[in-house]
Amino acid sequence: MRDISVAELEAIANRLRIHVIEMTTAAGSGHPGGSLSAADLMAVLFFRNMNHDPSNPQWEDRDRFVLSKGHVAPVLYAALAESGYFPVEDLLTLRKMGSRLQGHPVRGKVPGVEMSTGSLGQGLSMSCGIALAGKMDGKDYKTYCLLGDGELQSGQNWEAAMFAGQYQLGNLIAIVDRNHLQITGNTEDAVGLDPLPEKWRAFKWNVIVAKGHSIRQLMEALDKAAEAHSRPTVIIMNTIKGQGVSFMENNAGFHGKACNKEEFEQAMRELKGVSE
Amino acid sequence: MSEKLAQRNYYGKALAELASERDDVVVLDADLAGSTKTSDFQKVCPERFVEVGIAEQNMIGIAAGLAASGKVAFASTFGVFATGRCWEQIRLAVAYPRLNVKVVATHCGISVGEDGASHQALEDMAVMRALPNMTVISPADAYEAYSATKAIADYDGPVYMRMGRAEFPTVTEQGAPFTIGKATVLREGSDVTLVGCGQMVSFCLEAADMLSSEGVSAEVVNMSTIKPLDTETLLASVSKTGCCVTAEEHSIIGGLGSAVAEALSESLCAPLERIGTRDTFGESGKPDELMEKYGLTSADIAEAARKSISRRS
Repeated sequence: MRDISVAELEAIANRLRIHVIEMTTAAGSGHPGGSLSAADLMAVLFFRNMNHDPSNPQWEDRDRFVLSKGHVAPVLYAALAESGYFPVEDLLTLRKMGSRLQGHPVRGKVPGVEMSTGSLGQGLSMSCGIALAGKMDGKDYKTYCLLGDGELQSGQNWEAAMFAGQYQLGNLIAIVDRNHLQITGNTEDAVGLDPLPEKWRAFKWNVIVAKGHSIRQLMEALDKAAEAHSRPTVIIMNTIKGQGVSFMENNAGFHGKACNKEEFEQAMRELKGVSE
Repeated sequence: MSEKLAQRNYYGKALAELASERDDVVVLDADLAGSTKTSDFQKVCPERFVEVGIAEQNMIGIAAGLAASGKVAFASTFGVFATGRCWEQIRLAVAYPRLNVKVVATHCGISVGEDGASHQALEDMAVMRALPNMTVISPADAYEAYSATKAIADYDGPVYMRMGRAEFPTVTEQGAPFTIGKATVLREGSDVTLVGCGQMVSFCLEAADMLSSEGVSAEVVNMSTIKPLDTETLLASVSKTGCCVTAEEHSIIGGLGSAVAEALSESLCAPLERIGTRDTFGESGKPDELMEKYGLTSADIAEAARKSISRRS
């Protein structure tokens, strides 16, 4: 855990948002909406709570992070670059021929990317395996897994949730980005997920509900999750898809679409206005 | 050819030995440990055995996570479930990042018998062979299942290995080392090449005996690695004999027959006949009855050999 202020983390989260918009605009595609809803969490995880060393990505005692909602690769790449895993300039190569920054994260291509993801519903199972290995080996590392809310419609998540409860993976922390939006619209109009806390509790998990755009609440939630538990912990963070850019907020249209020139300029005005 | 042994018993035996030979081996199963014989590992090493319940997709994800943390992960269940239920999980979580996961299936082929089509894996090699980075192995007998289990534990990368349910005649030498990607010529001949995998290798040897009584000299190749295919051994044999027959307890679409057809057509002009199921599901019945109905006997192989020879110009 690093000693860092709320204001500093807010500034980092804002930088991550700027990177996300710049990267996806340069690529002409990508997933800005869900990247922005997770930006505050990524700032707190990578710059405060997670025990990791960008100069030694294979350090065996590092905390692990698995991005189950792999389509928000831009915010992961931004967090890794800002952490020092690779140069920030590389971010603008996202989705381009020859770039290691593939449209969805690939293990082995980018330092700091633990698992290949992009097909939804698989990250929690992978995280169970990593957490189980930690228990077998007597290691103290934590495994963090960021899930989208829409992907919880996929049954494999609940196989993994059942498994983690059964095997008492207290070293596993899942975070659900509860922004209520998937491609078709509101998750509750597609195949509803509510009541989420009750579902996880029924699968033998600790449940913490937090505001996903409150750095202070995220800090408290992650601190609490990292305490010694016999049960796995899920943080359901209530978020706004597209948070930080007015015309993207709560707009499912920006799930998987980049800004045009005018939109980009407005987004930059809004985000840089905050950081300046 | 000697006694009849079940491959899965020798898989279990090899796993149990690996428990003490290597501390990085973990074994996962999806409620079928007693049938796949991973229970033999569980008995001696419960702390590295993972029961995932009836949840094959989750099993593959967990295996990938364990492999990413330095383990050699064996994940076992029946062939249909091991490759079909979780194909895309194997694709993304295992094959793409080239993780050290061994998907080892039992109950492959139509000789599964009475359980019927839902449990008879006849497409498993096809779907696994299509995945980049994947090695596909079908041992000829129990001894080879044992030595292949040891070999794939030593190999760093994804492997799919298939085995049958029933007892098969042994055709290889007990204790012979297994080399991934290396076919073996079990019987030399000059008139036709019979290429088999799994228990069909023993039927190829029987077919060679039948042909011999007719004055036809058949060469028998045990192609226990389907991918990467040992094209060198294959082409050397077919260049000599001028015609070929493949035999597999699997669909002729996508498995050994397809792999051999692809290799031959790129290198030389020789007639090929394929023995396998012909774009069909199986059904319930006794293994022998099913093998006969679906054209998977030594007599079928011998007949295919005669046809292949007759087509040779």
